[in-house]
Amino acid sequence: MILELILGTLNRALAYGTPLLLATLGEICVERAGVLNLGVEGMMMLGAFSSFVVAYVTSNPWLGILGGAIAGGLFSLIHAFSSITLRANQTVSGLALTMLGTGIAETLGRNWEGKVLSSPIKPFSEDFLSLFPPGVRTLFRDSNLLVVGSIILALVLWFFLFKTKAGLSLRSCGENPAACDALGINVWKVRYMAVFGGGVMAGLGGAYIAVAYRPAWSSGMTQGMGWLAVALTIFSFWNPLYAPLGAYLFGALFHLAFRLQVFVAPEILNSLPYLFPVVALVFVSRLAFRKKIGVPGSLGKPYERGEWE
Amino acid sequence: MDRRKFTRFHIEVSVQPSLASVIFFSLLAIILAFACGGIIFLFYHISPWVGYQTFFQGALGSWYAFSETLKRTIPLLLVGEGLALAFRAQVLNIGAEGQILLGAVAATWVALFSGLPPFLLLPVMFLLGFLAGAGWALIPAFLKTRFAVNEVLSTLMLNYVASNLVLYLIGGPWKGKGVRGFTYTDTFPEAAWLKTMGITRVPYFTLLVGIVIAVGGYFFLKKSALGFELRVVGSSPETAKLLGINEEKIVFLAMLLSGGLSGFAGVGEVAGIHHLLRHPDHISLGYGYTAIIVAWLARANPLATIVTSFLFGALLSGGDALRVSLGIPFQVVSVFNGLILFFLISTEHLSRYRIIWGDTKVVENYDS
Amino acid sequence: MLEEKNRWEEKPVEVAFNSITKRFPPDILANNQVSFEVKKGTVHALLGENGAGKTTLMNILYGLLLPDEGEIIIRGKPTKISSPREAINLGIGMVHQHFKLIPTHTVSENIVLGLTSTPFFFPAEKAEFEIKSLSEKYGLKIDPRARVWQLSAGEKQKVEILKALYRRANILILDEPTSVLTPQEAEELFATLRAMKEEGKTCIFITHKLNEVKEIADVVTVMRKGKVVSTTLPSQVSLEELARMTVGKEVISVVPRKITSDKTILQLQEVSAMGDRDFPALLNISLTVRKGEIVGVAGIAGNGQKELAEVIVGLRPVTKGHIFLEDREITNLLPRDIASSGVAYIPEDRHLGLVGEMSVAENLLLRGYSQPPFSQGFWVDWEKAEAYSEKLISNYQISPPLSDIPVRILSGGNRQRVVIARELERKPKLVIASHPTAGLDVSGVEAIHKLLIKAQEEGAGILLISGDLDELLKLSNRIVIMFRGEIVGEKEKEHWTEEDRREIGLRMGGVKR
Repeated sequence: MILELILGTLNRALAYGTPLLLATLGEICVERAGVLNLGVEGMMMLGAFSSFVVAYVTSNPWLGILGGAIAGGLFSLIHAFSSITLRANQTVSGLALTMLGTGIAETLGRNWEGKVLSSPIKPFSEDFLSLFPPGVRTLFRDSNLLVVGSIILALVLWFFLFKTKAGLSLRSCGENPAACDALGINVWKVRYMAVFGGGVMAGLGGAYIAVAYRPAWSSGMTQGMGWLAVALTIFSFWNPLYAPLGAYLFGALFHLAFRLQVFVAPEILNSLPYLFPVVALVFVSRLAFRKKIGVPGSLGKPYERGEWE
Repeated sequence: MDRRKFTRFHIEVSVQPSLASVIFFSLLAIILAFACGGIIFLFYHISPWVGYQTFFQGALGSWYAFSETLKRTIPLLLVGEGLALAFRAQVLNIGAEGQILLGAVAATWVALFSGLPPFLLLPVMFLLGFLAGAGWALIPAFLKTRFAVNEVLSTLMLNYVASNLVLYLIGGPWKGKGVRGFTYTDTFPEAAWLKTMGITRVPYFTLLVGIVIAVGGYFFLKKSALGFELRVVGSSPETAKLLGINEEKIVFLAMLLSGGLSGFAGVGEVAGIHHLLRHPDHISLGYGYTAIIVAWLARANPLATIVTSFLFGALLSGGDALRVSLGIPFQVVSVFNGLILFFLISTEHLSRYRIIWGDTKVVENYDS
Repeated sequence: MLEEKNRWEEKPVEVAFNSITKRFPPDILANNQVSFEVKKGTVHALLGENGAGKTTLMNILYGLLLPDEGEIIIRGKPTKISSPREAINLGIGMVHQHFKLIPTHTVSENIVLGLTSTPFFFPAEKAEFEIKSLSEKYGLKIDPRARVWQLSAGEKQKVEILKALYRRANILILDEPTSVLTPQEAEELFATLRAMKEEGKTCIFITHKLNEVKEIADVVTVMRKGKVVSTTLPSQVSLEELARMTVGKEVISVVPRKITSDKTILQLQEVSAMGDRDFPALLNISLTVRKGEIVGVAGIAGNGQKELAEVIVGLRPVTKGHIFLEDREITNLLPRDIASSGVAYIPEDRHLGLVGEMSVAENLLLRGYSQPPFSQGFWVDWEKAEAYSEKLISNYQISPPLSDIPVRILSGGNRQRVVIARELERKPKLVIASHPTAGLDVSGVEAIHKLLIKAQEEGAGILLISGDLDELLKLSNRIVIMFRGEIVGEKEKEHWTEEDRREIGLRMGGVKR
């Protein structure tokens, strides 16, 4: 009985946590390269909206997913341009883009209010799930390809960042861009690509919500998930392997808040995911820790050649 | 530094733009934002011209419109002033939205549950509201000074906690009698209602306070010793350390003032507009975030904030008119907000050219 | 010795500098028609004071800067090097004075960073074998899996050298490499350089230490104020001559100024302090400054002068020893308290002394705003501040003479006048002046010198830290020389001679008598 409850909760956690995981993986990528992107919320909203429209019009949910990813990526280039090329304040640029993205999605979305996708991405079929033992069945009952795909993506991203040449360059641009420049790495190119990748993943996250999780359009689709992704990036210490743990933890908390609302006011459990990252930051900030666990050394600082130590 | 000689003057890229340059590029940012934003109207098959007309009518076209603008200017002014002071000290308080809510919560408690005599209600509401907002802001201040936790994230996260707090209260212990569906509290007693000006629904008390704070803030920064220290800390923390100015003191002060003013604004909203506590989004209405732009556009200058808060009050009011008259969703305002902010920071780069006096001579030495 | 010279002349030219000229706005001539040859398989020292132009020249060689005139010839071919990547492709590697390493990454990861030829997958792991063999070959013992933040300064330098060697560098540039090394580590470094020479590699070694030139260099090029003074074999030249070439010959005529008092204003007793990179910066410094005396601190930057100023004004903790102002102990007091006891500070870093966005008047008030007559409880009396500002602007000839313009738009010389005006007007007992005329033009320098002399005449004791020996010889009653955090010499004179200049140059270069 308890096991059922746990697995059932985890099942919902997987479903809820997937868009959060996707956006977080993207943000890890971006911040590891040294750019702070606070526009994730806006990118998710735009991703959600574009994917919904494309899926609705083409009746093909996977085209919708693609559309959402592209929209997120393109939108993120604006942030890349202002942060990397114009060297504007990254915090404010991100905020501006969140307002912009959310605003566009909400404004244009009004015409689509209440519309439902005729062919959303469906969860795994019963036949497919029956291949697996009962525990696994319950765990993945509401999951689909994207859910599994996002877990795989986390593994792939971890491998990419830590075991490949390109990943090494990316991480180094975030730690010490001057060192990279002196070795001939094009710091700006690396950062642009990282931001774009992050935007694509944020867009994917938003697309998931619109096309799979809740295949109807309504106001406030993402519900601040973009901000949670920024927080989760810190909470997972910028490591893609920890991101799923955090994402599913948050997902479980939100689900439990709903389930247990008879016993505990849901708002209390709903608040917890926002407090975890603050606690994590307290630990991250201990200077000794800083050398071992990574706040990327140059996070949020624009790079200009000629500014040596 | 890049210098090109030009008779006795040199054009140089520096970090200090001139006032004329600042104003020019601010206006340019607004114009560009509106030009881009106009595209949105096309999606609704409305010509941008009609869209803008409705917009301006709704903001300033009539006395009613003007009062609607003022209604929205007040919280933007109060919160914006606080944020201007905080930004001046390089303290990025993104948590005004939550601090507004805490003020509203405190005011609601006083109005409905404190059992105070009627004539004390409003004063105590404002006092406690200020303290509640300030207290909420002191948490990230403490985390910043003690643990070097970046205040952008800590204040942001607390916004969501505050929102949840309000939801909990209005749906639970403070739920109004006979409420079904959308939750909210009972209506405040009359003594807890802010007086409004004539037939407009503009509470004059908070408007006056806003202007007094603006002027006071200006003098505080320019003429007082503490304001002087705040500016030094914000401009050049290393120099502040050399001079022995207590940075922690300044961080706490900045958070206290900005949090408190936001809380104060929150009281104004529930006491002056809503007369009860309802869904957090309807109380704070994004004022906390919009005020960031208000303060930023004003370059954190308390007097300029009066102008920019009025500007954005007009923007919000115009947006509302678009919703009512043309059916364009209210969120279109976010689009304009985002565009203005975006163009502002992008053109900031351009406003750095300036003219410098002075001769140069060849010096055969360079400190490598 | 003649044999040696012949041997050197017979070697092929690896790198030749041909009339390299580089200017920096505003019109600073960093390299002035620099020409010399570096032969293959040699250790070639580049000797000079601060501002001689050595680092600029090497930055040009490494592709970080482009020369305005002249050319670089590599193995007989004129070559334009416009980026570090191109330099690396030509076989040029650089070990910077300030390490460009990533502390959280491993040694191996730092070494393979940015190399196009490494494999895409597991680049760091696959490189370990070669890193180990390289490190054994050249005596650079290091664990490829160690994280850089765990390493000592000497070990970090080894990583930097391995970085260059891994990229098949044939020409290795080392910028003041022994500045962070212990004597043993310096020996290990020299062994590495000799091993590289055996392999036919070429090393260019920037230094200001005369003994090192004698010990490790086959050839030395001396630079001074952007020009090449000479290129000689160290074995054919004495330390004194090297010193003379480095610091120049001009005799400065000094107006003799007698010290009128024996009263001690500043006293340091065996003061020690740590530097920024966990390296001791000051070792048992003892020094006094008397009333009305200017004590010059000579030495190449990086030998502890910055830290000396910082411990006196309270910006750096003293780990051992005591500091006294007159008879009051000020060791480790807060900067504010030390300042209010009568210590003026003209910092090396201009940004520290001024707030760019604030006006001239406000900057002039940075010390006095919380005290009478300017302080009025909560408020500042800005009328008095304005008047004060106008008085100072006039007395110290600050231009343009406007109180409410932001200090950022003033030229360097005038900004410095603001700092000096503010500090000296308080009639301090002690002035710590750190590189007060760096980067200023001739008239700016003159003006500041006059102000310092005036302060001296009014009875202040002045500690003048400067990289410009001419300036020190012109102004100081007594000169102490710092090298590696210690005081290695002291001289008091009324007139300074060429002999003095040479001796000081020797001490600055680390030569002990």
